[in-house]
Amino acid sequence: MNIELGDQIIQPEINRLLGDSLLVAERKHPAKLVASTAEGEFTYRELLQYAVALANALQLQGIERGDRVAIYMDNSWPAIYSLYGVILAGGVFVMINPQTKADKLAYILDDSDAKVLLTNSHLKDNFLPILKHATKLTGVFYSGETIQASAKNISIKHLDSALGNASAGNIFSTSIPTDLASLVYTSGSTGAPKGVMHTHQSMLFALNSLVEYLRLSSNDKILNILPFAFDYGLYQLLMTVHLGATLVLEKSFVFPAPVFKRMLENEVTVFPGVPTIFSMFLASHGRNKLHFPSVTRVTNTAAALPADFIPNLKDIFPNALIYKMYGLTECKRVCYLEPELIDQHPQSVGKAIPGTEVFLLSAAGEPVAPGDAGILHVRGPHIMLGYWKQEELSNKMLKGDIYPNQSILCTHDWFKMDDNGLLYFIGRSDDIIKTRGEKVSPVEVENVLHGLKGIKDAAVIGVVDETLGQSIKAFVSLEENGSLNDMQIKKWCATNLENHMVPKEIVVLPELPKSANGKIDKKQLA
Amino acid sequence: MSNEVTVRNYILENYLFTDDQSALSNDSSLLDEGILDSTGILELVVFLEDEFGIKVDDHEMVPENLDSVNSILKYISNKSSQ
Repeated sequence: MNIELGDQIIQPEINRLLGDSLLVAERKHPAKLVASTAEGEFTYRELLQYAVALANALQLQGIERGDRVAIYMDNSWPAIYSLYGVILAGGVFVMINPQTKADKLAYILDDSDAKVLLTNSHLKDNFLPILKHATKLTGVFYSGETIQASAKNISIKHLDSALGNASAGNIFSTSIPTDLASLVYTSGSTGAPKGVMHTHQSMLFALNSLVEYLRLSSNDKILNILPFAFDYGLYQLLMTVHLGATLVLEKSFVFPAPVFKRMLENEVTVFPGVPTIFSMFLASHGRNKLHFPSVTRVTNTAAALPADFIPNLKDIFPNALIYKMYGLTECKRVCYLEPELIDQHPQSVGKAIPGTEVFLLSAAGEPVAPGDAGILHVRGPHIMLGYWKQEELSNKMLKGDIYPNQSILCTHDWFKMDDNGLLYFIGRSDDIIKTRGEKVSPVEVENVLHGLKGIKDAAVIGVVDETLGQSIKAFVSLEENGSLNDMQIKKWCATNLENHMVPKEIVVLPELPKSANGKIDKKQLA
Repeated sequence: MSNEVTVRNYILENYLFTDDQSALSNDSSLLDEGILDSTGILELVVFLEDEFGIKVDDHEMVPENLDSVNSILKYISNKSSQ
């Protein structure tokens, strides 16, 4: 596609907005590769052209400053330009994992009041059936094969035709840095996913902090196999564009061999992973030696990197600094361990990221002595505004009474800090399960189980699993005359939940154990 | 049981949790349909190795060999005739 750029695109001198990263990088080196994807290789000039055309198309569709636009796509070129198109139009992007099933997709579209859905035709079985109830949507733009479908009051268009119809050239967004830039939906202890609100300012601050401690530059080639709906994956793209670097994009790590091949061919320098992915690297390395000398930074977050992985990882990535990190979507990232300290302090996740601070408080809100356990609190410009339309939940996470007139993020995770100020994760204070590095709310899975006719009670717990960190185990009891087997129950889960949320094991019991007050006693199930 | 039935039944039972044969077409992409994910592929490889007495090399774990029932059947028959 050949898209003309207007000559009046505002070219900022400094990065105030997320979209400025792209404008600045494109001006510096228009012909440089921004992304290598399954759909082809693309330059900064092309990214700007596509993003501007989409921004225009979105504005034609009625998107105004602050409107939400959902991006329900797998890791692909359209997902990349969609994100910047939404931002340049002044909109707020809502990344939705392509594994999300119809009901949850409908929930997120409704909760976020998204006006436009950007998606791919191969997901049509999930999004077409919900359009008749999606009263707030006015448009669906999709990539991929042509779809024959219509819905009342919703314009369903191929992205190519939406882009082709848009007037080329200028975009006029009046966004300011404190405007909302994105909603990232995350599992919460209440079961319903909630939208974490981040502004341009909080995201740009986090970006700069990450780039600083990871010691990244425009020469880096960043591999990303993590979904953009996961903020760890999303920031690989944002960092790339912010730096004027190159993203090597893969849809997933389902087939490791092609990923290994692309890492070598593209001489990737940065490899972000989670423990589940690293354990697959190690398993593969055990059979046939892996060797990626071009990689100079390896990062881990989402779950603790087992200390015994480190020697083999150094073998696989002989020239890499290895970063152990910890964070949560509510502030993007909390802390990191300087890679030079990893042998000395293999269990630690280090100290606060540059420009921020952390401290531990007891359950009663008192400071704790070095070495004692406390709840980790985070202060800095990177913390979220709150959860979208969830004041009560926001107040549980953002404390206004610790510092005058500013919010402090309470992570609800227990840590201890040693004499050097290094942090050690102890455990969570809620029952959220971490599997494959992703948070899973037991309540969300239990709600789906309760939705299956024939199930009386359901309780979901996490059990230790070598590869997954934790795996999901569900206990259910059946209604009288109920005759469900575990395969039927798993099928129900698989059609209503993302893959990683489907219980690995289902145990049918005559009755679930109850505590004195009649609630299910999960301790007896563990 | 033919290889086709064996492979189909394994995928239906273990990833789609059903015995409804219409739930899986032989040429649909297991990746695009969201049937296989990164841990699922390892389980599939272990199953193929045990069931068909083959050794799946890492460099063979590519979509061309494993992304649909048809490609799996073709791969097994190539491997078995080696």
